[in-house]
Amino acid sequence: MTTRVGVVTFPGSLDDRDAQRAVRLAGAEPVALWHRDKDLHQVDAVVLPGGFSYGDYLRCGAISRFSPVMDTIIEQAKLGMPVLGICNGFQVLCESHLLPGALTRNDSLHFVCRDQKLRIENTGTAWTRDYSAGQEIVVPLKNGEGRFVADEHVLDQLEAEGRIVARYLDVNPNGSYRDIAGITNAAGNVVGLMPHPEHAVEPLTGPTTEGLGFFTSVLKQLVNA
Amino acid sequence: MARVVVDVMLKPEILDPQGQAVQRALPRLGFAGIADVRQGKRFELELEGPVDDAALARIREAAETFLANTVIEDFVVRIEEEGK
Repeated sequence: MTTRVGVVTFPGSLDDRDAQRAVRLAGAEPVALWHRDKDLHQVDAVVLPGGFSYGDYLRCGAISRFSPVMDTIIEQAKLGMPVLGICNGFQVLCESHLLPGALTRNDSLHFVCRDQKLRIENTGTAWTRDYSAGQEIVVPLKNGEGRFVADEHVLDQLEAEGRIVARYLDVNPNGSYRDIAGITNAAGNVVGLMPHPEHAVEPLTGPTTEGLGFFTSVLKQLVNA
Repeated sequence: MARVVVDVMLKPEILDPQGQAVQRALPRLGFAGIADVRQGKRFELELEGPVDDAALARIREAAETFLANTVIEDFVVRIEEEGK
């Protein structure tokens, strides 16, 4: 049976189609999920895509976190369903308290758009097992509020538990604490990532195809589950 | 109608690039002597009923769960006096 990966569309999502295409190129069936629908339509995993849900009003991801679909996703994520939040999706996961910390305005105050080098630090998560430890990849990054912050205690805990999934290399584009580009929850099923692997899945449209590993990883995870 | 104000500010240890940009612009505009600027948010909530303890407790809950992200922000809830 084909693995079904849901991609949520919130009002203001703009990378939902790209995420669906990445899911399809990885060999799974993308399922469009609507933010007002509590039903996850039998998906095996969920991607929260990038964009500007609810116009980033209040705080990025703060209003989406209370969408009906998020009630079900939060419940299922706690039961072990793989969830990947990219950019705005990462912000939604932090606002949902599925991941610690918060994302604030870039220290440069500028919106940043660049091809970003990352190092994959943790290959034990549902979304990174197709990478090798320490692997360096290049994927696009585009954000205005991508600066990961958390208190020292939380940062130390993330380091100690190996929960930093990816770090920025060469350039820290937004002032994220400890060069953090992505983190995971303790169980490894929920991952938040500020750069955009879904834009690096085809040679025609991406700087590399090195983002595809996130989407193939979850397939392997689900097949082995 | 009664009005309750919720002020939300980034915690002091969180960098506020918006406030810094404003602070840097002030001397250029001739406003000297301002050492620091922090930019926050103000919510004005008009209540349908009276501002009693129960209503204030609900507003504090709303501020804590939704209006502020307490990971990075502090908030203050206060009643705005009539006639001001």
